[in-house]
Amino acid sequence: MADTLLAIRGLSKRFGGLLASDRIDLDVARGETHAIIGPNGAGKTTLIGQLAGDLRPDSGSIHFAGQDVTRLDAPHRARRGLARSFQVTSIFREFSALDNVALAVQAHAGRSFRFWRSARSEPALREPARAALEAVGLGARADVLAARLAHGEQRQLEIAMALATEPRMLLLDEPVAGMGLDESQKMVRFLAMLRRRITIVLVEHDMDAVFTLADRISVMVYGRIIATGTPSEVRGSDDVRRAYLGEDRA
Amino acid sequence: MAISRRTLALVAGGALLALVPPIAALTNQPFYLDLFRRMMIFAIAAVSLDLILGYGGMVSFGHAAYLGIGAYAVGIPAFHGVDNGWLQWGLAIAASALAAAVIGAVSLRTSGVSFIMITLAFAQMLYYLGISLETYGGDNGMRLAGRSRFGGPIDLREPAVFYYVVLAILVLLLTLGNRLVASRFGMVIRAARSNEVRARAIGFSPFRYKLTAFVIAGGAGGLAGALLANQTEYLTPDFMHWTRSGEIMFMVILGGMGTLFGPVIGAVVLLLLEDVLSALTTHWQIILGPILILVVLFAKRGLFGLVAGAETRDG
Repeated sequence: MADTLLAIRGLSKRFGGLLASDRIDLDVARGETHAIIGPNGAGKTTLIGQLAGDLRPDSGSIHFAGQDVTRLDAPHRARRGLARSFQVTSIFREFSALDNVALAVQAHAGRSFRFWRSARSEPALREPARAALEAVGLGARADVLAARLAHGEQRQLEIAMALATEPRMLLLDEPVAGMGLDESQKMVRFLAMLRRRITIVLVEHDMDAVFTLADRISVMVYGRIIATGTPSEVRGSDDVRRAYLGEDRA
Repeated sequence: MAISRRTLALVAGGALLALVPPIAALTNQPFYLDLFRRMMIFAIAAVSLDLILGYGGMVSFGHAAYLGIGAYAVGIPAFHGVDNGWLQWGLAIAASALAAAVIGAVSLRTSGVSFIMITLAFAQMLYYLGISLETYGGDNGMRLAGRSRFGGPIDLREPAVFYYVVLAILVLLLTLGNRLVASRFGMVIRAARSNEVRARAIGFSPFRYKLTAFVIAGGAGGLAGALLANQTEYLTPDFMHWTRSGEIMFMVILGGMGTLFGPVIGAVVLLLLEDVLSALTTHWQIILGPILILVVLFAKRGLFGLVAGAETRDG
């Protein structure tokens, strides 16, 4: 691929007797939205974990923006532009929505060994944070404690935090999971706006979201990627239908 | 109005502490000067623990180690005839900060119960090291040859002068602490306490921030130890005993974790209760225990929360 942002080669990860990642090869192009689908237990979240740097692969390599990041931990990868959301919402619950995003801005800015000036009075942190909240539609909820936000709003907050780090790639682990229809449609519309501007790797069970957003789809079964292609190719593949779509969409 | 109530509580508390020496002099009760000075010294130790316990979520069960190191950093030079206070107190801060760096570098790689046990183990190691120092009195400890000397008007042998020195250090620590927890640095350790996985995912490597906080708290704890040696004019390995660490932790919890001012109230109230109750009965801890349990159960932000309103803190 001409302009590859993420290149995965021979990635394997074993948990005891379970081969969660089985020699995975995958390229994601700059600007692409790439969805990973597959039945529960296929190893999608394990793959995201290895991409984000939370899990160390047993073998294989991950190149991001031309550099080998296989041995980098999560904070270092985040600073290189890999931002993520979690399958189970992960936010700073005791802080306001604005504080949450301001922390992400601060993490991206670096220079956190500052001991005197109040971080909450720094426009350099608060203003980009406010803008990111506005962008995801949480502008009016900036001062609400994150724990008190509705579930859908907390997911939006996670996205705002990810965006605030000005990422080159977003790793989204089931961004619409647990959302009502209305919220989920709002989220899909928002993610559709991000397409092309930011490269997205998306794990999702909601097929409407996947087929709306994805440029390409990879299908994972038992730790292996059995097919990669455009939505129509994947929809048309007999293997995929048998392995996954058939049972899910029958 | 939580904010004005909080400010009111702080001003009243500060004024009360500042007025102790004249009141003690007027009523001819020098004992109170001694008692409140002791309270403030423990308050300094408790505030320094609150920095890492309340804001950083680091349940260090060995904070008394720094008290001991600070005390010995005064006592040992004094034993050898070096009574310069700048040197002694500087040594107290440096040595305890160094010890904190070592303890932190090991213990901060773990979390939860392991972290508690490792910090406790280090403190006990230092306790037994103190016992083994035969030259300096072994497990009996030793008298302090003389209080630290600073020259000029700062003469610690003058009770009221010593009192105001301790008060000034406490106020300074509270001021610096309040800046610190609201700064970028403070936000990182609070974020890591709130959700370490998320903190890492946005690009913070919490370890070095936590270690730095741990070292700052250790240094401040060492200064409290230097003050304590001057207060009691006696030092023993008991300063480092794990029950002492537990006592400091109780002050923090009683006063309110993550409030900085709360631990000051915690130190005052705990030592006051000890004083009052132990005069009533030798089994005073039977009364103290339930009081602590009630506070932990029913006052979410500790005593400071009761005084200043519960919504005095976030994160």
